[in-house]
Amino acid sequence: MLMTDRALGAQSENRLVSLTNAGLLRDGRWLVRGVDFSIRRGEVVTLIGPNGAGKSTTAKLAIGVLRPNEGTVERMQGLRIGYVPQKLAIDWTMPLSVRRLMRLTGPLSDADLASALAATGIPHLVDAEVRHLSGGEFQRALLARAIARKPDLMVLDEPVQGVDFAGESALYELIREIRNSTGCGILMISHDLHMVMAGTDTVICLNGHVCCRGTPEVVSQSADYLKLFGGHSRSLAVYSHHHDHTHLPDGRVLHGDGSITDHCHPDDGHHHHEVHDHPHDHTHDHHQHGHAGHEHAHHAPATDRGNDRA
Amino acid sequence: MLDDFFTRALVAGIGVALTAGPLGCFVVWRRMAYFGDTMAHSALLGVALSLFFQINLLVTVFGVAVAVSLLLLMLQRRQSLSADALLGILSHSALAIGLVLVAFMTWVRIDLIAFLFGDILAVTPADIGLIWGGGVLVLAALVFLWRPLIASTVSEDVAEAEGMKPARARLFFMLLMALVIAIAMKIVGIMLITSLLIIPAATARRFSSSPEVMAVLASLIGALAVIGGLFGSLHYDTPSGPSIVVAALLLFILSLFPALGKNTAEKAGNQGVR
Repeated sequence: MLMTDRALGAQSENRLVSLTNAGLLRDGRWLVRGVDFSIRRGEVVTLIGPNGAGKSTTAKLAIGVLRPNEGTVERMQGLRIGYVPQKLAIDWTMPLSVRRLMRLTGPLSDADLASALAATGIPHLVDAEVRHLSGGEFQRALLARAIARKPDLMVLDEPVQGVDFAGESALYELIREIRNSTGCGILMISHDLHMVMAGTDTVICLNGHVCCRGTPEVVSQSADYLKLFGGHSRSLAVYSHHHDHTHLPDGRVLHGDGSITDHCHPDDGHHHHEVHDHPHDHTHDHHQHGHAGHEHAHHAPATDRGNDRA
Repeated sequence: MLDDFFTRALVAGIGVALTAGPLGCFVVWRRMAYFGDTMAHSALLGVALSLFFQINLLVTVFGVAVAVSLLLLMLQRRQSLSADALLGILSHSALAIGLVLVAFMTWVRIDLIAFLFGDILAVTPADIGLIWGGGVLVLAALVFLWRPLIASTVSEDVAEAEGMKPARARLFFMLLMALVIAIAMKIVGIMLITSLLIIPAATARRFSSSPEVMAVLASLIGALAVIGGLFGSLHYDTPSGPSIVVAALLLFILSLFPALGKNTAEKAGNQGVR
């Protein structure tokens, strides 16, 4: 069943990237496991979740910086990616102007360079040295760099960290505009819930695996949502729902029913289709995960592990 | 005054300095000074192997430097020890094993000091051909790999995501380092090679507004150090290799004086932020 899904998915529907049951194992611990989602042209997908939920790891799996130990990641042939990483430390011994940073991974015309910097609000910093920029200015420069590449897929890992309050919404507005004008797909990791609510097509909540997903509208209007959070915390609701399990320090997982397992996995049988404490029960389709096929089963190692960069 | 051997030494030394400059910039940017040291120290092992098996010196030194750097990458991947400690182990063991092997071969007599600290005044025309030929090769490869190397120095992740193949760039960079060490060994010696990589690059930093400018300046400053060091060594009758390093150090100290520090890049940066 999965095989036919995958074959269909790669060819149809303009999928830029699709993850199928992707998992990453490091030092005997699954950082993420059983992640399924895809991004189409013009779609904005936002990953949310608590610290250590594997948001950045999932983004890196999607763009090929990390390769999955389990499952597959497929990218469109010749996919052009613009990446704004969560952390980027430039050794101060390298003299690097904003202008040079903009041309880091490819040539760029002066006009495109200038318009990208103008769009992110820092045209005056074109000749500034990168190490003299403030955190917010640096973030704007990184975003401008990703935009100027005219990518098919932009991957933005907390793109507005350190940006002032007024700037934040302007940058989110810009990201939306770029999606509308260029039709690129966007994978974003964000803590800004207004953005999650207003500018996202699909919200995916991670906690070591995909724990729920859906459009922000559906999520915020669900009956469970209203029962749990009332009307006064609309924008927080997506974020502050209960996770029905806790990741212990030694990597094991304590589930809502009190049981402990070695790894976190959507098929572990602890989830909301059994324990109804989750506000978005109605918003996502359990069948999407392919649960039926392998309930409680351990996944066999992927046979086509090396093919993710095809 | 310019004896023939001295002219040869100048031409050879300048050739090495021009090659080492851009490579040295990457050593500084990527914080690989100790890594370079380790590769250089392993060169003595290459010398011993060359003597033992009667193979060309350049081949064995290059081969051992590449082997050591691959070994290091493998050990780093296992993450049992910090890179720092691994480098310390490899660096000094390679040097010690080289010294022990040379001592075992009682039938050969070599001038150990010449290998450790260089013997630029004994450079032959064939050496000069090798230095300039190899230098052109290294610089051409650097030009070709420039963008991926710079991109992966700034961020491996961004370089990987945006199709720059940083792993390939890193491998080629290591091969180039090994080649330069094999070529430069005769000029400044095993112990001092990394200084010719690092000191000119560090000196160039303050006067550079871009990576490209810094690479070119490092080459020129290195060449200046070679010229100054060789003339100093002739005048004061000091060993040539160490004299070149001392000259490079003097240039570095000179560059630290505030009066010289009208750093165009820094000024542009400050203006931009304000």
